[in-house]
Amino acid sequence: MSFWSRLANVFRGDGLIGEIDEELRSHLEEAIEHDRDPEEAKRALGSALRLREESRDAKLIIWLDSLRADAVFGWRQLMKNKVASAAAILSLGLGIGACTSAFRLIDALLLRPLPVSEPEQLYVLARRGIGPAGKFRTSDSNEYPLFQLERAAVEGPAELIAVSYAELSDLTYGSDNEVEKATRQFVSGRMFDSFGLRPALGRLLTAADDLKPRAHPYAVLSYDYWTSRFSRDPKVIGRTFRMDDDLYQIVGVGPEEFTGTEPGTAVDIFLPTMMHPGVTHSDWSWFRTFVKLKPGVAVEPVREKLATINQAVQEERAKGFVGMPKERVENFLHQKLVMEPAATGISGMQEDYRTSLAALGALVALVLLIACANVANLMTAQAAARAREMALRVSIGAGRARLLQLVLVEAAFIGFLAAAVGFAFAWWSAPFVVSRINPPDNPARLFLPVDWRELGFGLALTFGVTLLFGIAPALRASSVQPVSALRGGDDPHAQRRLMHALIAVQTAFCFLVLFVAGLFVTTFQRLSNRPTGFSAERVLVLDTIARPAQLPVYWDQVKEKLKAVPGVETVAMAGWPLMSGTMSNNFVSINGAPPAPVLTLFLKISPGWIGAMKIPLIDGRDFRLGDTNPGVAIVNEAFSRQYFLGQNPVGKWFETAPSGVRTRFEIVGLVGDVVYQNVREPIPPQAYVPFSSINPKGIFQPIDKETIIVRTLSSNPLAIAPTLRRAIPVARPGFRVSDIRTQQQIDDAQTVRERLLESLAVFFGGVALLLAGIGLYEVLNYTVLQRRREIGIRMALGARTFDVTQYVTFEVLTTLLAGSVAGLTVGLASVHYIQSLLYQVKATDPAMLAVPSVATLVVAVLAAMPPVIRAIGVDPATTLRME
Amino acid sequence: MHKHDSLQGSLDLLVLKVLSRNPRLHGYAITTAIQARSAEVLRVEEGSLYPALHRMEEAGWIRAHWITKDNGRRVRLYELTAVGTKQLDDEETRWHALTAAVNRVLRTV
Repeated sequence: MSFWSRLANVFRGDGLIGEIDEELRSHLEEAIEHDRDPEEAKRALGSALRLREESRDAKLIIWLDSLRADAVFGWRQLMKNKVASAAAILSLGLGIGACTSAFRLIDALLLRPLPVSEPEQLYVLARRGIGPAGKFRTSDSNEYPLFQLERAAVEGPAELIAVSYAELSDLTYGSDNEVEKATRQFVSGRMFDSFGLRPALGRLLTAADDLKPRAHPYAVLSYDYWTSRFSRDPKVIGRTFRMDDDLYQIVGVGPEEFTGTEPGTAVDIFLPTMMHPGVTHSDWSWFRTFVKLKPGVAVEPVREKLATINQAVQEERAKGFVGMPKERVENFLHQKLVMEPAATGISGMQEDYRTSLAALGALVALVLLIACANVANLMTAQAAARAREMALRVSIGAGRARLLQLVLVEAAFIGFLAAAVGFAFAWWSAPFVVSRINPPDNPARLFLPVDWRELGFGLALTFGVTLLFGIAPALRASSVQPVSALRGGDDPHAQRRLMHALIAVQTAFCFLVLFVAGLFVTTFQRLSNRPTGFSAERVLVLDTIARPAQLPVYWDQVKEKLKAVPGVETVAMAGWPLMSGTMSNNFVSINGAPPAPVLTLFLKISPGWIGAMKIPLIDGRDFRLGDTNPGVAIVNEAFSRQYFLGQNPVGKWFETAPSGVRTRFEIVGLVGDVVYQNVREPIPPQAYVPFSSINPKGIFQPIDKETIIVRTLSSNPLAIAPTLRRAIPVARPGFRVSDIRTQQQIDDAQTVRERLLESLAVFFGGVALLLAGIGLYEVLNYTVLQRRREIGIRMALGARTFDVTQYVTFEVLTTLLAGSVAGLTVGLASVHYIQSLLYQVKATDPAMLAVPSVATLVVAVLAAMPPVIRAIGVDPATTLRME
Repeated sequence: MHKHDSLQGSLDLLVLKVLSRNPRLHGYAITTAIQARSAEVLRVEEGSLYPALHRMEEAGWIRAHWITKDNGRRVRLYELTAVGTKQLDDEETRWHALTAAVNRVLRTV
């Protein structure tokens, strides 16, 4: 009770004092009533003031009371300079918010352990070595028959779990006309038990679902999907859906927090690995292998065991490689099996965004530091103005600690108000950034939980920041020397030196942010301006499916019927769209020689595709209706450079040897290079073959999937998408559209990350510049105010406008220059950390330096203008009279 | 929190003891009660009384409330709490131990 009453008394204010006074008064009156002399009674009681203070101290928590007093005083100080305080709070809030937001993203994507039991015991298998493209790589995909051997070998000390790559798939709960999409993942049934997961409803998959290929058509829904698709209807258990050609039964719903093992992708439906067609193929790599070690088991022995089996199986497999360059076989066999910690899950988004998020985190941290420097300068300027007040406080007995507290409390006010602004900003901005990671149809789904990790980070950041900007002004204020301060200050330059140091730091950070922002902007521009070799304008891409698979001639009929739809300019078909990430490659040999060690990209196309995509036909001809695969091919210029020394290859031939059988293609056409796969990489040899395939017996092969390319007449191709979607099943039953995108959307998806980095970097570059400008203005303004008398004297002695300008700005300009040079040095030294995010940009390119230099200069001039004008406007007579 | 020097300790003890015999006394009455009971030997330092009362109140040994007397004046009356009763026992024991020790010293020297 006592603590609470004392706590309450801190905030009772004058009521408490009144009560003490009344009791003392009542004592005196009582004494007088008992015939004591009033004066004597008063003397006996002693000083009322001292008694009041003593009793008051007994009745409340002293330190809290002084804190309260400081808080009230601090608040008044803030209110006195409303604009400056608001600017400080907002800029700091933006910095704190951006940092918290960056932390939320980094934590959710990269740091947060999966919500499974003992996540630190979880590893993922990967093979490391030179990949088929001739580059060093780490591949974590595995083959199921090998996986079964591996699992059996380490049974006991470790559990092996297969988890396929999450993918968006078509499924239907009713008729085939009501197709919808969901993200699915094939998983070992024993995954759920091994991860310590409990069903929210029904049952989960178990080891009993890992037994026989195609014999376990059961599905577990994720909690998130159950919520969004079925509104948590418990009757969902037992419902069936059709996916690919299988009918699955829903048997349960997973726990709420588990959304799969790939941060950035939320799995909707978990299926048993046994239902994947790849389980029986020893050359299909289609899933990741997680290793869950039993407690106390060492990594290395398990890895060695697995590596031995992996090596044996791969050597056996390599014996079947025919038509592969020897060097490639060697590389294949020299891959090393590694076990990497996977406590935080593993996903492509992690790989894609790890460096980007770190770079962004660094950028926003710099912006926050700039804001800190601003606020520190603001407070130093205010502290200088209050030096006399502080000196007075010291002279009448205030302790230094108390002064320190006074200034720090004020800093804490700014810090915590800014934190409130920042958290509101982070609340909004983190999901906003995730929503920008949005390739068509497959936007990132990253869950951003807020718990003690986020709150702890936010609080630590706020405290840290408050100390950072508050401690220097506080120490300075508390070390005030009453005598000299009351006399007018012995070292008026000390404050300014501190402020200039902060300006230098601020400029360095600002320059760094602008420099990096410039690199990101240029990267994005270079990437989006890189010619793709084809035209995506007005092109719609229709992923089309036929059930059952249909012969090429029927596909051709559908294509012809679409041409008649109003608004369609031309129609063509290909195995898949360019730049979509899907690809097929092979080694090629010329004139019967052994295959060259360079992979050629293949694509099946229909007649008219080259024209529809506006790819220039340099020589020869397009495919005709009777052309078949194998038989003829069209190649690109890179192909002719690689295999024919740049000579015209039309009329010549090449061979491939998939699965050991040599197959000959006659080259009938030569076309321009296009970006097939990755816009960042040089264009490799490409070969196009007809989409009508025949088997060795000369029989046409039915096709179940094809991409129909429609170049429309309208500038908004999506306008006729619904018409086309309806037209396809009408054109021929059994055909339907699975997905419609524009080619432009596909192209843009390649630069989603760069676009995001560019826009965020530009935003924070702008903020950094603005803050640095405000900071510079503050300091110059302060300098001019402080040295007004000096300027007045100089002017009275004949200094001219130019001299005054130079006098006021010289010091600051030197500081700016030093800061810029420092920022540049740090920038050049650290650019290799973000090299992987850049494209065809050299940090040492003079243009890269020009942007931040010019921007800094312009802002410096703008910020310096008002104070300089004020300095010039100083009237010597008035100023000197004022003093 | 607060150091109990012997003097302060004895003031606390006296106040507690007086309040245990006569509940609901105001400050001035406490000083007169101590004076009377000690046959005018002990005079309470009036200046130290109120801080001591407020300190003991915050420690929870005594509690206080305001009443209005017939003549219209408000006075603050103090009484012992359960904690205070126990505290009085402790203080008394300590006091006896102290005086006994002092007496022993006086006798032996």
